[in-house]
Amino acid sequence: MIEIKISKKLAGTDGIFSLKIEQQIQTGQLITVYGNSGAGKTSLLRIMAGLLEPDSGSIRIDSETWFDSKQGINLKPGRRSIGMVFQDYALFPNMTVRENLMYAARSGEDKNLVDQLIDVVELGKLKERKPGSLSGGQQQRVALARALASKPRLLLLDEPLSALDREMRQKLQDYILKVHRFFKLTTILVSHDVGEIFKLSDRVMQLSNGHIISYLTPAEMFSQRHLSGKFQFTGEVLEIKPEDVIFVVSVLIDNHLVKIIVDQETASTLAIGDRVLVASKAFNPVIIKI
Amino acid sequence: MNWTPLILTLKLASLTTLVLLLISIPVARWLAYTRVGFKPVIETLVSMPLVLPPTVIGFYLLLAFSPDSPLGLLLENWFGLSLAFSFHGLVIASVIYSLPFMVHPIQSGLSSLPQSLSDASRVMNKSYVSTLFRVELPNIKPSLLTGIVLSFAHTVGEFGVVLMIGGSIPNRTRVASIAIYDEVEALNYSTAHQYSLVLLALAFLVLITVYLVNGGFLKRFWR
Repeated sequence: MIEIKISKKLAGTDGIFSLKIEQQIQTGQLITVYGNSGAGKTSLLRIMAGLLEPDSGSIRIDSETWFDSKQGINLKPGRRSIGMVFQDYALFPNMTVRENLMYAARSGEDKNLVDQLIDVVELGKLKERKPGSLSGGQQQRVALARALASKPRLLLLDEPLSALDREMRQKLQDYILKVHRFFKLTTILVSHDVGEIFKLSDRVMQLSNGHIISYLTPAEMFSQRHLSGKFQFTGEVLEIKPEDVIFVVSVLIDNHLVKIIVDQETASTLAIGDRVLVASKAFNPVIIKI
Repeated sequence: MNWTPLILTLKLASLTTLVLLLISIPVARWLAYTRVGFKPVIETLVSMPLVLPPTVIGFYLLLAFSPDSPLGLLLENWFGLSLAFSFHGLVIASVIYSLPFMVHPIQSGLSSLPQSLSDASRVMNKSYVSTLFRVELPNIKPSLLTGIVLSFAHTVGEFGVVLMIGGSIPNRTRVASIAIYDEVEALNYSTAHQYSLVLLALAFLVLITVYLVNGGFLKRFWR
């Protein structure tokens, strides 16, 4: 069990706000932290890692105390058994893929683990290359493997997939799931992508203005909208076009552009760039074999 | 042609560069990462030699090194060192004079590294020292090279400081730039030409090395 109970004043874009988190996380789970930018997601990860010191509170993992402001305990990042994948991957440009992993490994005895990790993320052919010559997806795999080289108990992933295209994301989601199960990790992932959250997480921690507003399973969270629809997809509004008395809304769902007709009332609630849920009641689905 | 002034110049420049490298890495790292309020004061002090006339630095150092000053007296009594008009005094003066040329490139190199690199290293349980030597410095090689070469070249080119603090004692403080001045004063134009030409070639070679290396031209031969 991981117990987080911290508060920290942060300087956000709209001035100073306070991050106040109180949550217990079951070990072995994959938790997604979800919320608007500036909600405190990255700061929460940095506090977990020990890179940012909370003003007060405590962090305990099982019986170990990582941070306790009352007792004056603040374990260094290196003593916390953490693997972290940064948003920009933070691979060391001067080292090869293998050297990056070796640097992260606790000692020489972890050589086998390094080779095993290189195999798990299928980087065998690239292990003597420098990160600068790798593609975004390959760099991400190196960062993931490197985060595991110190045999962490807690894996922290700060929007690791945001810079990748959809196909690459899906592949890397599989890798994350694979290592999460294989190494029996507790994983905290920052993500914006609803599909990704559904696929990966056991629980979603939704943050807003530094506070947890919900901590639910993905199904619970995204079905809160109480729809009877059997099909539902999330997408992004690209265009709202008036036509006679109705409006045609173009929504990007995955890679598909879908045009949906709405009335004026609905159209007035929508703006370009909004995330929307597109649902259909399943009274007349068409199924065609492909 | 008497080669000793040139050899003395190279000796002074090499020693100064080495001392500067050792001093500047910790100073630059501190300046790159610190958030203390008096940082601008330290930055100003480091940059002062850029704007001060060299004679001003030389003048104050000469006063400080003289046996009449408390510092000079202390050095004389405790270490038996007399820095005024000596080679050691020249090295110290050159270190102060060229300090910004070493600190600035290293500082800006370190500041331009993403913070996540040192964060990642800390998460991996590495000390500040091993992060510095294995992650930070290897990734700012061009800045290090720029600092080394500029401080070396700047020391070769100094005149006012050396004249004030070292005078022109043959074999001890008479470096090439001073020798040229002396030869011209004595109307020995041909010797002055020889010294000047060597310094000119040296400056050109040193600077073109930096631009070739940092511009990536030489990289293809190293791979």
